[in-house]
Amino acid sequence: MLELLQRTLDGLLDGAAYGLIGLGLSLTFGTLKRLNLAYGAGAMLAAYVGAWLHQRYGLHIFFIAIAVVGVATLIGLYVEWLCFSHTSESGSDAARGGAPVAGRDGREVVALASSFAIWMQLEQLAVNLLPRHLNPFPSLAVEQELTVGPLVLRADRLALALLAVVVTFGLAHWLRVSRGGLAWRAAADQRTAARLAGISVQNVQRIAFAVACALSGVAAFAVLSLAGQVTPMFGMWVLVKGLVAAMLGGLGSVTGVLFGGLLLGVIEAHAQALFGAPGREFATYALLFLVLVLPWRSIKFGKDVTLVR
Amino acid sequence: MLEIKDLATAYGKIEALKGVSLSAKAGEVTCLLGPNGAGKTTLMMTLSGILRPQRGSVKFESEELVGLSPAEIVSRGLALVPENRLVFPALTVQENLMAGAFRRRDRAAIRDDVDRMLTRFPQLRDRIGQLAGTLSGGEQQMLAVARALMSRPRLLLMDEPSVGLAPLVVAEIFSIIRQLHAEGVSIFLVEQNAHMALQVAQHFYLMEQGRVSFSGTPGELAEDDVIQRAYLGQRRAA
Repeated sequence: MLELLQRTLDGLLDGAAYGLIGLGLSLTFGTLKRLNLAYGAGAMLAAYVGAWLHQRYGLHIFFIAIAVVGVATLIGLYVEWLCFSHTSESGSDAARGGAPVAGRDGREVVALASSFAIWMQLEQLAVNLLPRHLNPFPSLAVEQELTVGPLVLRADRLALALLAVVVTFGLAHWLRVSRGGLAWRAAADQRTAARLAGISVQNVQRIAFAVACALSGVAAFAVLSLAGQVTPMFGMWVLVKGLVAAMLGGLGSVTGVLFGGLLLGVIEAHAQALFGAPGREFATYALLFLVLVLPWRSIKFGKDVTLVR
Repeated sequence: MLEIKDLATAYGKIEALKGVSLSAKAGEVTCLLGPNGAGKTTLMMTLSGILRPQRGSVKFESEELVGLSPAEIVSRGLALVPENRLVFPALTVQENLMAGAFRRRDRAAIRDDVDRMLTRFPQLRDRIGQLAGTLSGGEQQMLAVARALMSRPRLLLMDEPSVGLAPLVVAEIFSIIRQLHAEGVSIFLVEQNAHMALQVAQHFYLMEQGRVSFSGTPGELAEDDVIQRAYLGQRRAA
């Protein structure tokens, strides 16, 4: 029983990180109704730049953090410009007031395919920068443990989970109460109406990408600074974990993603205990499969902030 | 107040507006009637900056609007109530109204205006915290009008506000138009409901196949004739 509880707790801590990873993916999907497949690769390249600065110049970890988030943001703007800025609705769609019909004129597919191409490009860039498989990343890991009764918590992972909670709810709050948040949600909800109200949908889209990818940088830095190393598998890992968390919580939602991540974390933790490391991987993909085939939309947790409904 | 000259807008190769010229006077309700596909919505979307015209000019209080962004056009006092209402379905009624005032910075005045809208449209007050997507068609139309008014326009453009609504609700919409007109708001109205539109308009235009085919005051053309041309777009053989 105690072991079960400890495992759940570990899963929750892992899951909070998944939530943080999925947040950016969900934000861009909510804004554009399109998936950015280059999301994980962008986070990986940013992390590789961080690792490179660490190895090459031995920069202080504080500057590495800034560099990772900064590079991730720039990559976000680059991907938006290349894959998503020309794929918004055509004039006649706007005139008819409708959202662009999915796949009707192939733009949907173009955005998906081009973001896949950018995924390959970014990953290749990262691998060219640091060709070895294992690359040291500046570490913030501390061995210190907190004990709550019979349960044990690692302090650094607790800090990461808290970061995820603060970022998620902070962003949700900002979206709910600020003028910019209103513009963001309006543009995501009804593009033509937003433009008619004087909201620059193009700017919102650009900012959404920058913020989402900055968040992927934050998540990448936080996760890797606990792992102390980064491998070329990181991009794929970010995309898969982020996607599953976001889909469980509802693509386009903000707070839902965190809960989706927590669920994923807990299920993974138990699967690992029962079936070992392959069980963990299996659980991830099984969940992704289930989310895709089961007729459930997403988990709803109270007053969620959602960019799509 | 509004002077449109030789305006032409195309979707790719299909020219929807083939050189439209018309004008709307301050303090009046000007109405544009025409069948489906005449280019009425295209004209409205061009006026509000969503579509870029190939040629022509739009002067609003002697200032050129062609080339300005939708945001700049709203700031100059032109607001569109779009066809099919296009409320923000996932935002609350209150948030829809606030979004309408997005270009304004006078927070206190915006709050007063929200209150004024709720007084004008009492149904909205009861639904202030509700998502706009859950409102009835009539309520959504009220919300769309209120949202456009939140930008404090000097000319209100309305694109088929009566479409798809029950007769009672249509009557309500037109009584609002009359009321706004009485308050001095200038209105440029696109309609298919010729009967109702001719009752509120001081001047009207007929549009067929991307061109203005008639201009005059209600009464100048027999209503039957107007209705026939507005619905069926029949052109007499010259």
